Amino acid sequence: MANNITLTIDGHQVTVDHGTSILDAAKKINIKIPTLCHHEDLCVAGNCRICVVEQVGKQTLTASCATPADNGMIILTSSPKIRRARKDIMALLVSEHNTQCTTCYRSTNCELQILSAEYNVDNSIYMSVLKDGDCKIDKASWSVEKDNSKCIRCQRCVRTCAEIQHVNALAVTERGKDMKISTFMHLPMNEIVCTNCGQCITHCPTGALTERRYYDEIWAAIDDPKKHVIINTAPAVRVALGEMLGYPVGTRVTGKMVTALKQMGFNSVLDTDFTADLTIIEEGTELLGRLKDALVHKKQVSLPMITSCSPGWIKFIEHMYPEHLGHLSSCKSPQQMFGALAKTYYAEKMGIDPASIVSVAAMPCAAKKFEANRPEMRDSGFQDIDAGLTTRELGYMIKQSGLNFQDLENNSFDTIMGESTGAAVIFGATGGVMEAALRTAYFLITGRNVPFENLNIMPVRGLEGIKAASIKFEKCLPEYSFLEGVEAKVAIAHGLKNARVIMDQIVAGTSPYHFVEVMACPGGCIGGGGQPIPTTNEIRQKRIDATYAEDMGKPIRMSHENPEVAQIYAEYLKVPLGEKSHHLLHTKYRKRNRY
Amino acid sequence: MADTKELINALSKKHGIERKSLLPILQGIVEKENYLSKDSMLEVAKVLDISAAEVYGTASFFSFLDTKERGQYVVRVCKSMTCDMKGKEEILSTIESVLKIKIGETSQDKKFSLLETNCLGLCEEGPAMIINDDYFVKLTPEKIREIFGRYLRNEI
Ligand code: SF4
Ligand code: SF4
Ligand code: SF4
Ligand code: FES
Ligand code: FES
Repeated sequence: MANNITLTIDGHQVTVDHGTSILDAAKKINIKIPTLCHHEDLCVAGNCRICVVEQVGKQTLTASCATPADNGMIILTSSPKIRRARKDIMALLVSEHNTQCTTCYRSTNCELQILSAEYNVDNSIYMSVLKDGDCKIDKASWSVEKDNSKCIRCQRCVRTCAEIQHVNALAVTERGKDMKISTFMHLPMNEIVCTNCGQCITHCPTGALTERRYYDEIWAAIDDPKKHVIINTAPAVRVALGEMLGYPVGTRVTGKMVTALKQMGFNSVLDTDFTADLTIIEEGTELLGRLKDALVHKKQVSLPMITSCSPGWIKFIEHMYPEHLGHLSSCKSPQQMFGALAKTYYAEKMGIDPASIVSVAAMPCAAKKFEANRPEMRDSGFQDIDAGLTTRELGYMIKQSGLNFQDLENNSFDTIMGESTGAAVIFGATGGVMEAALRTAYFLITGRNVPFENLNIMPVRGLEGIKAASIKFEKCLPEYSFLEGVEAKVAIAHGLKNARVIMDQIVAGTSPYHFVEVMACPGGCIGGGGQPIPTTNEIRQKRIDATYAEDMGKPIRMSHENPEVAQIYAEYLKVPLGEKSHHLLHTKYRKRNRY
Repeated sequence: MADTKELINALSKKHGIERKSLLPILQGIVEKENYLSKDSMLEVAKVLDISAAEVYGTASFFSFLDTKERGQYVVRVCKSMTCDMKGKEEILSTIESVLKIKIGETSQDKKFSLLETNCLGLCEEGPAMIINDDYFVKLTPEKIREIFGRYLRNEI
């Protein structure tokens, strides 16, 4: 116990590990110290000073997030001096702020607003230093909007983009009173090296960074009787939407969500999971093809093959590793497969003019807004997906429609393209695509289920940054005899920092893997840039637990058993990687600027 | 651009390609090219393998690392308190009329840029200015005309 530290906070003794901050020591005994620049995902910055505490015997105030606890410290977190200091710090922050809460997207979910109310800040103590022109919002990106007039320069976004995503799109520029958080030469967000992942949004305490919002356009489409408006909802939305609507974190609201969307006027409420299952078939076939080419035909193929369902990851590799795009699966993301099929297969089957279809996607993601607008994504002859909504926007739309969400009954998705399996559901969590792929691939290759209890492939689950696993194929079916005895090595990375580790191995020629899953956001889509704020590891874990619970509750838990998937191959696509698939479900990638 | 590439190559050989090499490399470019162009900053990002935003963050922090195009001679007149009280305004307006440019501007022939700067540490001998690395003190309108006369006649 030599490494333990004992100190006194507000009269209570607390013992913590060496290196624990005063802030965390206080948290341990349920004393909440306000913070702004601090975020548990990120390194300490110590620049906002709102977390100051009084250390008895010391003249100056101490930033509790940036100061390690020490033996014998006597800390006061709520003295008159502290209250005055915090109130003053808040007043200064507010004096630089465009305090337009009524029209701000983050109102009621804003750390600055909450603290400002808690400290009863008087906006007339300090003169506003906001200048004309400071309020210009950068709306150039499909995904991220940036409003400097709402920025408190806490640099959480800068650290997020650097530490979690290894992109460094945002930097502190200029100095002193002119200091701002900006981009290379203040270029608009669509012209810089940015993946659109939206992690900076979910880590921002204020309304300075938000997703570009499309829900007014969607209401307009719903209101237009000539339009047939359909929505597909991603697996990660159903385990997080509840947070927007008064439920505790980790509540599954699938059935109520479907009811709400129907009542709001969507003509058909469908499931992205359907195309997640389809992805498994297409991507699995692609992988087996590459393995066969390598093992039987001794051809040069790009291995490992890497998943392509995370558009933030796709833009990352296009910018950062443009010479290695061959490793990507050519499969479109489930959202875009859905979009391409909605205006072809669905339109045909339902007898609807594809031109009248407005196809909406409800996603946990900011990058999918950009993806929907990629010029490649028009294979149906129209823009395949007309608009992408985040879980947050969807939450607001439901509130706006006046529904009492918690009292709604449960409903199931419409058909066609509404059927899903547990394998598709887990796409939302890191490791989920891999697990779904292995469940199906193992079955196709050997005719038996994966050798894991209840199909639960535990080694690929969890929040560890990079997970590796292997699975050996034995007693293969005759057509897959080339895999007899082969030990498939797989890896899973989430957070682009971890994706970079995988890519650097590939570049160095030392990658041992056959198949790799990458998701841009920490935790996978359940921690996506479009999810309710805040997201912390505790919250990620609860959404993950809900995801696996949803999987366990599904009668069918392997993609190849999805009856609608069988149906679409029988009636429309014919074979995986066939001509139709090739045209509608697969895509190409492009090289982008590295710096 | 080819020249800039060569210059940055040479500078990176001299200063290394670590993160700490960034500042000396940027200074080296400004010494030769008067300012940091978009292309030169992108090239530095590439050579050091850091993001362009990071390069710009550092460049924009230092007032002597210009990111806007500057002339061959960058004139910086001290705007801090002592020089201000000693007649900086008159000095500035004299320079403006001699060079026919305003603060922040560059002459058409790209010979001069006129800027203000914070205290140069020459307060006792103010008003003061610097032109590139040379400093000039106890300025008067006559002295300004004389100094710039020499520059304009290339007698320096
Ligand atoms: S960022 Fe927060 S404090 Fe600022 S206007 Fe929006 S809600 Fe209000
Ligand atoms: S944009 Fe948001 S996260 Fe970034 S510095 Fe400003 S307030 Fe902080
Ligand atoms: S969207 Fe992602 S890549 Fe772009 S600035 Fe934000 S964190 Fe960085
Ligand atoms: S939270 Fe501690 S200094 Fe900002
Ligand atoms: S005030 Fe001008 S040099 Fe100091």
